[in-house]
Amino acid sequence: MATFIVRRLLQSVLVMVVVALVGFALFAYVGDPINNMVGQDTSFEDRERLREDLGLNDPAPVQFLRFVGNAVQGDFGLSYRHGRPVADLLVERAPATLELSFAAGVFALLVGVPMGIHTALWRQSWLAKAFLTISLIGISLPTFLIGILLILVFAVWLGWMPSFGRGEVVQIGWWSTGFLTASGLKAMVLPAITLGLFQMTLIMRLVRAEMLEVLRTDYIKFARARGLSARAVNFGHALKNTLVPVITITGLQLGSVIAFAIITETVFQWPGMGLLFMQAIEFVDIPVMAAYLVLVAALFVMINLVVDILYVIVDPRLRIGGGAVGGGGGR
Amino acid sequence: MTESLLSVRDLIVEFPTRRGALRVVDGVSLDIVPGEVLGVVGESGAGKSQTGAAIIGLLEPPGRIVDGTVHLEGERLDTLSGDQWRRVRGRRIGAVFQDPLTSLNPLYTVGRQLTETIRTHLDMTEKQARARALELLGEVGIPAAADRLDAWPHQFSGGMRQRVVIALALCANPRLIIADEPTTALDVSIQAQITALLKRLCREHGTAVMLITHDMGVIAETADRVAVMYAGRLVETGPVDDLVNRPRHPYTEGLMGCIPTMHARPVRLDQIEGAMPAPRAVPPGCAFHPRCPLAVERCTSERPPLVARPPLATACWVRSPDGDAA
Amino acid sequence: MTRPRARPTTGEPVVPASSDLAAPRRTGVTGALVRALDSDVFYSFRRSPVTLVAALVAVLLIGASLAAPLVAPTDPFALETLDLMAAFTPPMWAEGGESVFPLGTDDQGRDLLSAILYGMRISLAVGAASVVFAMLLGVGLGLLAGYAGGWVDALIMRVADVQLSFPAILIALLVDGVARGLLPRDLHHDMAIYVIIFAIGVSGWVQYARTVRGSTMVEKNREYVMAAIIMGLHPGLIALRHVLPNVMGPVLVIATIHLAVAVITEATLSFLGVGLPPTEPSLGTLIRIGNDFLFSGEWWITVFPGLALVLLVLSVNLLGDWLRDALNPKLR
Repeated sequence: MATFIVRRLLQSVLVMVVVALVGFALFAYVGDPINNMVGQDTSFEDRERLREDLGLNDPAPVQFLRFVGNAVQGDFGLSYRHGRPVADLLVERAPATLELSFAAGVFALLVGVPMGIHTALWRQSWLAKAFLTISLIGISLPTFLIGILLILVFAVWLGWMPSFGRGEVVQIGWWSTGFLTASGLKAMVLPAITLGLFQMTLIMRLVRAEMLEVLRTDYIKFARARGLSARAVNFGHALKNTLVPVITITGLQLGSVIAFAIITETVFQWPGMGLLFMQAIEFVDIPVMAAYLVLVAALFVMINLVVDILYVIVDPRLRIGGGAVGGGGGR
Repeated sequence: MTESLLSVRDLIVEFPTRRGALRVVDGVSLDIVPGEVLGVVGESGAGKSQTGAAIIGLLEPPGRIVDGTVHLEGERLDTLSGDQWRRVRGRRIGAVFQDPLTSLNPLYTVGRQLTETIRTHLDMTEKQARARALELLGEVGIPAAADRLDAWPHQFSGGMRQRVVIALALCANPRLIIADEPTTALDVSIQAQITALLKRLCREHGTAVMLITHDMGVIAETADRVAVMYAGRLVETGPVDDLVNRPRHPYTEGLMGCIPTMHARPVRLDQIEGAMPAPRAVPPGCAFHPRCPLAVERCTSERPPLVARPPLATACWVRSPDGDAA
Repeated sequence: MTRPRARPTTGEPVVPASSDLAAPRRTGVTGALVRALDSDVFYSFRRSPVTLVAALVAVLLIGASLAAPLVAPTDPFALETLDLMAAFTPPMWAEGGESVFPLGTDDQGRDLLSAILYGMRISLAVGAASVVFAMLLGVGLGLLAGYAGGWVDALIMRVADVQLSFPAILIALLVDGVARGLLPRDLHHDMAIYVIIFAIGVSGWVQYARTVRGSTMVEKNREYVMAAIIMGLHPGLIALRHVLPNVMGPVLVIATIHLAVAVITEATLSFLGVGLPPTEPSLGTLIRIGNDFLFSGEWWITVFPGLALVLLVLSVNLLGDWLRDALNPKLR
């Protein structure tokens, strides 16, 4: 098991190096940082001096190491657009995104898993068919359109929910939370559903497919032949075996929830990192783009790692004798 | 003959498909008396596994029993509801499947799977169930059972796992065990051990066994009586000694040619020319006639009934032409 | 206990046996037609009314958008048809609606139905082009990885793994952002459509590559490839000839579902304002324009393009779902 985790760790480091390279390439080669920092009337000599001062004339590997060194310390430079340290901007925006993603994930799991179990166990019931129809529509509805429709119905027509922003937030240290106020919670409902709906359908389909697969296995048949109750077979045996791959893929989806937050945040003008990133793309604010990329990658890598370790804990076959199973999403 | 433990009459199992129903078991009747080992033999696809599955009510959907009856100790099984089945399966009929590697849930310890089964059927505390589990593991010949109780299935070898599976089938002391190819997936060296174990345990517990296999060698060593199946139909039944040494049906005769001699590795049943027809392509008359060296005109048009001429009952126009259907 | 006709239990995608080995070949068009009508795929098609409806809707939508210049009431790009006086006309059945504009008009007085038909055309074109690009890239890299093995394989599959852990939309956004930084502003405007196709294509090649690589690795070790090596033929060429027919089924399924995803991705990018410019409005662009008028009550400007998008994606998804089930009996 130790070798397994060490190997995954090494892989994670590799991924981060690759992403850092991309981030650095963005930083160093896309657009001219100097042009973005100084005004039109700065003289050529001043520009060159600035270039020298910033180390932009150093060889690329040196610049890369400096970039990584700074990034590790949380220094991604100044935003071209805001003129403030990128790290500050991200820290300010992170709680909004994380809270939204958390709410969406909880919604997706709490609704998606039971729906998936139901559709697998009672395939012919009308409810199962209704769930499947919903899931198909859910997958066919782009996130932004779900947001727009929810706003149209619940904010514009019915006037029940706010259509943008986080509502009132409470500041706890550097963290701002919307979970503690009524308006904050209310503001979270529509964005969380918007962001979670796709994941919910995905989880539902995944649970269904996995469970159907497990229900066909010999050990389930043998469990039935042993006379165990339907409850024990379905929920004791089948569900546990279903959840092993579901944990992996759901965990991996957590990362994409954070990425998909870009769209939801744009629709709901939710002041998170995604909105910041969108604005950065629009204004070619490279430092913000690079930092967001590296940050999201770090989150992904961390999530992957946690998922792998969880996987090992759940599946006894991997616990002993350093399993050879890669925890990746591909099956 | 003593009172039947299990009695199957005119069983027909079909799988509906878009090109009409596939009849995989076609009018099978058989009896098992308490404590006996009935070997059911035939090539793969002969319908022997489906017969076993139908008896314990575990036909894979959409397969279903379209006709015939199954009685266990006088109680009709084929009409039981899902809930009533649970008091039969595991408690009165146990099952052992082919592949011990996949029969155990990999995510639960062996002990957990045993105690769970024991407590489903017997009114026991967790502690009593553990004691019984330990006893069962010892009985099936697992060394250092106390240490292995909390081990995971993947830590057992194939043969050891099949022993665990047998222990699981014996949890509630059933009257009948349906063993579907219990040794096929095992190493040859282990096969004999498992067969002997099954036979010994059943004798000790007074449990009857329906032993489904394609291996005539296993049958000859283990069974008291044999039923030979071909293309979903029963072609011959009788005591093992008579059937092996003096078979009447030409198909059984062909099978006997496949018994290993001098402990050589058993040869599969494909020594008979040709292949068994698929359920969709069973010819009219006797299903075996295209491959039969003795076939006459009548074999191609009329289906021969199973005719009892003790000690055997045979379905063949040539070898067993007279008498009424058994 | 085994079922009468055991279904495969491996995780490999099930592909219908390639016909040149299996059934005796009937030649000619009639033969092909007879075989097609008799196939399991066609059978499950006829059996599923939902799929029939989906196919009908898909054909209708795709047909109507391809024939947009012929069937659309007006040309939304022709300036002379624009009438600002007619702006914000609601759909014909609503109060104040006019039968000239069945679905109403947008803020510039453009007929919404025409705009949707033209927009769908652009959405479909970009989606299809992205799928083809991703497919070529993925199949090519998959073949290369599977055939070459060694470090080439390791490199390609590591890149695939890394990319797979990021959602496609993020990759597409990033590619688009980089293009914005690299290309001068006016050039970017002209190149937008290619940038989008490239971005969506690059973000979607991994699945194709994985599938093809798996099949290639299997084929590579077959005896006939060995024989080919001995005979001095290029085994890659032969593997290719045997791999491609085998992976056509899965690749087709991936492509169908990918088309739905690509259309959604394009719409999302356009909605976010980094996709196609308003001069070439796709469905996403139309929705983005309409979104500005959501609060003032002109809901139709957003809702109808949205509806068209959902119908299109839903029908393509349904077809893809059905195709996957039909080609893979295990999932049924």
